[in-house]
Amino acid sequence: MTIGLPHYLTLAAILFTIGVLGIFLNRKNIIVILMAIELMLLAVNINLVAFSAYLGDLIGQVFALLVLTVAAGEAAIGLAILVVYFRNRGGIAVEDVSQMKG
Amino acid sequence: MYQAIIFLPLLGALIAGLFGRFIGARASEIITSTFLVISAFLSARVFYDVALLGGDELRVHVLSWISVGHLSIDWMLRIDSLTAVMLVVVTGVSALVHIYSIGYMHDDPFRPRFFSYLSLFTFMMLMLVTADNFVQLFFGWEGVGLASYLLIGFYFQKPSANQAAIKAFVVNRVGDFGLILGMAAIYLAMGSLTFDTVFAGAEAMAQGRFNFLGYSVPLLDTICLLLFMGAMGKSAQFLLHTWLPDAMEGPTPVSALIHAATMVTAGVFLVARCSPLFEYSPTALTVVTVVGAVTAFFAATVGLVQNDIKRVIAYSTCSQLGYMFVALGVGAYQVAMFHLFTHAFFKALLFLGAGSVIHAMHHEQDMRNMGGLRQMIPFTWLMMLIGTIALTGFPLTAGYFSKDAIIEAAFAGQIGPHMFAFSLLVVAALFTSFYSWRLMFLTFHGLPRCSNETLSHVHEAPLVMLVPLVILSFGALFAGALFSGLFIGDGNAAFWSGTIFTLADNTILEQLHHVPAWVKYSPLVMMIIGFIGAFYFYIVRPELPAAIAESQILLYKFLLNKWYVDEIYDFLFVRPTAWVARLLWKGGDGAIIDGLGPDGVARNILRTTSGFVKLQSGYVYHYAFVMLLGVAGFVTWFMLAGGH
Amino acid sequence: MMDITSLIFYLFAGVSVASAFMVIAARNPVYSVLFLILTFFNAAGLFVIMGAEFLALILVVVYVGAVAVLFLFVVMMLDIDFAELNEGFLQYLPIGATIGLVLLVELIMLLAAYQFNDVRALPQATLEGMTNAEALGRVLYTDHIFYFQAAGAILLVAMIGAIVLTLDKRPSPKKQNVAKQNARTKADGVALVSVKPGEGLKGRSK
Repeated sequence: MTIGLPHYLTLAAILFTIGVLGIFLNRKNIIVILMAIELMLLAVNINLVAFSAYLGDLIGQVFALLVLTVAAGEAAIGLAILVVYFRNRGGIAVEDVSQMKG
Repeated sequence: MYQAIIFLPLLGALIAGLFGRFIGARASEIITSTFLVISAFLSARVFYDVALLGGDELRVHVLSWISVGHLSIDWMLRIDSLTAVMLVVVTGVSALVHIYSIGYMHDDPFRPRFFSYLSLFTFMMLMLVTADNFVQLFFGWEGVGLASYLLIGFYFQKPSANQAAIKAFVVNRVGDFGLILGMAAIYLAMGSLTFDTVFAGAEAMAQGRFNFLGYSVPLLDTICLLLFMGAMGKSAQFLLHTWLPDAMEGPTPVSALIHAATMVTAGVFLVARCSPLFEYSPTALTVVTVVGAVTAFFAATVGLVQNDIKRVIAYSTCSQLGYMFVALGVGAYQVAMFHLFTHAFFKALLFLGAGSVIHAMHHEQDMRNMGGLRQMIPFTWLMMLIGTIALTGFPLTAGYFSKDAIIEAAFAGQIGPHMFAFSLLVVAALFTSFYSWRLMFLTFHGLPRCSNETLSHVHEAPLVMLVPLVILSFGALFAGALFSGLFIGDGNAAFWSGTIFTLADNTILEQLHHVPAWVKYSPLVMMIIGFIGAFYFYIVRPELPAAIAESQILLYKFLLNKWYVDEIYDFLFVRPTAWVARLLWKGGDGAIIDGLGPDGVARNILRTTSGFVKLQSGYVYHYAFVMLLGVAGFVTWFMLAGGH
Repeated sequence: MMDITSLIFYLFAGVSVASAFMVIAARNPVYSVLFLILTFFNAAGLFVIMGAEFLALILVVVYVGAVAVLFLFVVMMLDIDFAELNEGFLQYLPIGATIGLVLLVELIMLLAAYQFNDVRALPQATLEGMTNAEALGRVLYTDHIFYFQAAGAILLVAMIGAIVLTLDKRPSPKKQNVAKQNARTKADGVALVSVKPGEGLKGRSK
């Protein structure tokens, strides 16, 4: 069958779900969480570009470009925080990151 | 002038109370005593004008107080003969007690407070006796109860003093309950609480009945019985007497002022003032007679065995109050007031003299540790002797005229209750004589039973304490002879001029002069027998009382423990009340109100929030999970709701 | 029989899904990063199919070349030990998988319910015969210049933020500054002072 919009959207949905699962299923370390976030952003990008292609409107791609930018910046900051956290705490096991406990 | 009599003590109380710390104790004493002396002189003037000269009654309007619907009460000072007598008694004794206290309370660090309370009490008592309506009387009634509480509990660091003060207040409150109900009944029946209006309508009320819980009760009898209940509380009649002996915890001047001359006579005053009401209610009068007689007898028996010098005099007061009520009950209101008048003198004298003894013995109050003081404090001995002979009714002293008149009046009635009262009173007279002389012999005669150490410090009281004693002794000796004609003799109608109301067939004052001779001599005989008995028991053979006490141990204990009335009350009333109170406190207040209210709400909030707090685990992935749940829920809702 | 486009699509899609799953399931964090890189590559391929070749290459350069490499640096720098599949995973798997599944199904249903007028093969998203890059450039620098500048500002802030966060202000050991020592003159070194006897040099400025 011809590959149409639904296929791309489905793919994006699957990737998004995998990213979400990655956030709260993992117990290992925080890096995985950051990578899962990147996955989710990727899924969103696929969505945007698919719609842009379908509707013939370039705005989707522009948006995807900006999302890319922001994702890169956020990854940088997140990793910087992680590095500082590691310096102070010595480990990045997810279970230990509970200092905001109420 | 009349306002000055009433309000000078109040002014003195306020100055000493509020500014005592600044002006010093000396100034407080002098200011309050001076005000009281001025008040006393003005009262003497009033007495002279209104009572002796037969001046008109006065109404002095001070202030409008309540004006609600049909009820209109004013602050009115009613100055008539009855009031004038009370004014003289109250201000006179109070002034003397103030002066005496300057010496007696010399070492006390809280003198301003003491004098403030004394003056406050005097003010309240004066409001009571000058009241023109029941509400003002009640104001004074409550006020003297308050002042009594404050003064009994003056040494508030002593737990026994606090307990005694509370006991006095609570027992008074029981009586006041009756008084309030009586006032309410009067208002219900008459629509007014002013004395003139109520007394005018007394005859109409005499036949009235009213509906109470489905029963038809006689109106006036009920009212009078309720009023008498108030009088019982205030005047320490039998069943509501338990507070009076314990009230001796207060300083001796307090006992002299409040529990001898003034507050306890408020009940007598109330019945005398309401004589128009009581005259129409034979039932109530009979009850008054019986209760008074029982009180006189009971107190005299208990006074026989007490060892504390002040307690003996306290029971003596209780007994004499019983005498006064018997006089009221048989219709001889004038005799009762006369006895009130004379009793104030010699009882205050006895109390202040006892205070002098206590002062000399450095606050030793147990008579078993005294003895042989006559040579060391002869002046006090002389004063106490005068008081004792006045009390026991030695011929021509004050007590002779008034007390014997009561006994004669009791006999004159010739009806059952009155004869019962008569017999009790005669026996009580015997006991009175016995314990009074016992007190004298134990304290002043015989061999000293205290240590030499104490004996070396025994000294006569200072002049400021002795002068009031002298003044009172004059009253104790001569007041009877001087005033008997006016109070109960031929001039009494003009003297009282309508303030005491008696029915036409109430000729008791006449009749009491015509009793048989043996009746007239019986008090005298009793007095002599009592004297001889006390002399024998305590001078000739002093070991005899102890021997008798041991052989009759049950009777002795029964009397010593005041007929066990306190224990009965404790069992019947105090414990159940405490149990109910604890139940309401722990169960009602604690478990239910606090539990459902503040405490319960707080606990539930804590419990709920501690559950919620677990949501804040600090783990980011928990938060992300919750967000995911939210997103899933939102998407589901969006789908199902079909919105676009 | 699928045509070549479908085949390529399914290839790229399948590999990306598989490697995405391996990102979160891999034991070794380095493996996770490598699988992430693989995912990005495949996504780039999908972009190419869709006609957004500029975006695809940007994806490779930025995401793979910068972000994923950064991840790799950090993973290697931090002393992360190999964690076994710890107990929490299995405990939360049922509920997590359920929620995920629910979400997935809903997303698909939503998107599938979207009425497509016609399902056509995705054409190239070019505009008037330009290349994708040129088309993007025309749009980005004219209509959406504001967003472009904003994105630039965000990147600037991110860069500064990352530097500031990781700045290490430990005092370094004392070092000789030879140039400074050589540049000292006599005036800097010596000063002549007259002192009264018994006074001392206290309080005198140099």
